[in-house]
Amino acid sequence: MPTSGKGEPLPAYDPKAAGGAADFFTTRLETMVAWARANSLWPLPFATACCGIEFMSVVSSHYDLSRFGAEVVRFSPRQADLLIVAGTVVDKLGPTLRKIYDQMPEPKWVISMGVCASSGGFYRAYHVTQGIDEIVPVDVYVPGCPPTPEELMYGILELQRKIRSGEKSRDDRSAAAAAAAR
Amino acid sequence: MSSVETVPLAPAAEKLRERFARSPLSERVAVVDLDLPTLEVAPADWPAVARFLRDDSECAYDLFLDLAGVDNAKRRGRPTRFEAVYHLHSLPRSEHVRVKVILPDTAEPRLPSVVDVWPAANWFEREAFDLYGFDFPGHPNLRRILVHDAFVGHPLRKDYSPGQRWFFAEEDLRMPSWATHTEERAGHFETQTLSIGPSHPATHGIVHLVARLDGERIKRAETQIGYMHRCFEKMAETHTWNQVIPFCDRLNYVSAMINGVGYVKTVEKMLGIEVPDRGRLVRTILSEFSRIMDHCVDIGANLVDIGALTNFWYLYQPREGIYGLLEACCGARLTVSYVRVGGLAIDVPEDFVPRCRALLESIPKFLNDVDRLVTRNRIVRNRLAGTGVITKEQAIAWGLTGPVLRSTGVAYDVRRSRPYDFYDRFDWDVPVATDGDNYARYLVRMEEMRQSLSIIRQALDVFPESGPVSSDDWHVVLPPKDAVYHDMESLIFHFKLIMEGIRVPAGERYDWIEGANGELGFYAISDGGAGPYRVKVRPPCFPMMAAYEKIIIGGTISDAIATLGTLNIIAGELER
Repeated sequence: MPTSGKGEPLPAYDPKAAGGAADFFTTRLETMVAWARANSLWPLPFATACCGIEFMSVVSSHYDLSRFGAEVVRFSPRQADLLIVAGTVVDKLGPTLRKIYDQMPEPKWVISMGVCASSGGFYRAYHVTQGIDEIVPVDVYVPGCPPTPEELMYGILELQRKIRSGEKSRDDRSAAAAAAAR
Repeated sequence: MSSVETVPLAPAAEKLRERFARSPLSERVAVVDLDLPTLEVAPADWPAVARFLRDDSECAYDLFLDLAGVDNAKRRGRPTRFEAVYHLHSLPRSEHVRVKVILPDTAEPRLPSVVDVWPAANWFEREAFDLYGFDFPGHPNLRRILVHDAFVGHPLRKDYSPGQRWFFAEEDLRMPSWATHTEERAGHFETQTLSIGPSHPATHGIVHLVARLDGERIKRAETQIGYMHRCFEKMAETHTWNQVIPFCDRLNYVSAMINGVGYVKTVEKMLGIEVPDRGRLVRTILSEFSRIMDHCVDIGANLVDIGALTNFWYLYQPREGIYGLLEACCGARLTVSYVRVGGLAIDVPEDFVPRCRALLESIPKFLNDVDRLVTRNRIVRNRLAGTGVITKEQAIAWGLTGPVLRSTGVAYDVRRSRPYDFYDRFDWDVPVATDGDNYARYLVRMEEMRQSLSIIRQALDVFPESGPVSSDDWHVVLPPKDAVYHDMESLIFHFKLIMEGIRVPAGERYDWIEGANGELGFYAISDGGAGPYRVKVRPPCFPMMAAYEKIIIGGTISDAIATLGTLNIIAGELER
């Protein structure tokens, strides 16, 4: 039952009492858009390795990511606004990752899932990118090798909180910084 | 070549020398007795020796397993700097052999290609070219395979710094030479070149397929890999023996436990230590559960690719149950790192046996559901039966092992041909199909899961309630914490192991087990130092991926997608 701020139950909606007119509420457009965006993320799993298998767990029935409004997994970057980089990115794959990121429509966000994507992990090696932030801007880093499904879900919730609070994605900020520098 | 006539040899090596005595090559090869009978040959003699090994009826080494380059720059006791080490298997006689081609010290190490003897050698030679800079005259397509095309140098050479990276830009990517020009002629405008991947939902990981299509049929194809090469072998050389275990788990991350078991078994044999029965049973049980997980993901993902999404959820549920068991044992779900050289990291939880039994109860239901939905489903049969066909001869020539080889009618399973742990004491069958198509591979995997359940059931019946899971050789295994705190000697052992690690006597060993995808081998070399001198994995996926571009010729793209699914390519293991 809906309650008021003091915890008292609100009276049931009665059109006659409202004079037959429609109810309304006021908000700012940005807030509403941010609320909608946060709850309808369309992730693109850029799954390369072990983390991709845990990503599969996250979207499967047991953990069920759809509870948080982020389950419409799309494999085309044109239809996605959240890039989840799940797994090690090696130097040979760098240009591909950048291309996929560039193809995503704005606004877009990036979650770096696992330590390999975040920092190269324990592969301090000749062919492994030492963190995908060499290539694309990252909004949320999720640690773990691989992160448990709970950790990834927490990362997605954190991203939703960021979006709802009106924080710009890292991409917007880097674009703004580049514009300012010009 | 040094003469070893005076050294008495083990029966297997002695037999090998007898066989060579009948051939004109006997003067030119040296037979050495290591863990495997080993031949040492010079590069010029290698093609003739290779043919003899394959064609002689008493040798019949028909299955090419592995080629490992070795750089002896920092190792004593070897005649020259570079060696190419081949491992072969004879299916008729169920025997392994090792061949070392000793490369003379020249600026460009060179040895003849044996692709015409064993087609499976193709990608392995490319890998040795890529990582060691070996030149293989006669190879049809000798170019880099694992590292990117802008890379300078050969990373597995001992003088290459492990962290040295090179900048790679999109324009550096080299496509196969035939794919860069169109192939049009008057009156025929139907061919086109299609590039699938590297990031494509059906590649499950990162594989790049370039195909030339004539209408809908694939005329020519080439797969490009290396998008997941994360330098396992170099990392193994820069860590201690136990530190390599987490890297092993990330080879085939879908069945991580099996990789770890394969690696530590190799090291344990080098050390000559025995693991108590209880530890080996835990390894067996968890390995078989991992095999079930692997097959679940493979079948589930394959069915998703051909449009049957529901089965994926059905098959993922048993995985979550097995994850729970693994997490209870060691704290990790996927990449478990549960084994240690000499045993296990810690003992299993108290409710291990009931948990396993509960899983044994629950898993068959999901398998039966999928069985009922899929096995006689007409759409599935139309998509899978008769597509991606591999004949028995092709499978052997291409070096395939595991379920894919067994689906062509060859009953080669390491657990049966050279039983390790307790596999010879349990009653189980090696499922074999004969058609060699995608549907046969599906059937073999389904049946293997049931056989694994049966193995686990029998293992639980003989599982001792208590007892050690690790060896009590404190030079290798950490003493119990309680003793470390109260006993000077244990403290010293603990300190030495933590600070210096295990000391493995100098030598080499190839040991192999049945991974979820086929023969998983580890070729380890020790120079007596703190860590491995060289670890080479024999990845079952690698020859399968190499064969893929030949299997799909003549089929459609949709058949190619279904075939990729049933081959079960795991990028971490494919490219290491």
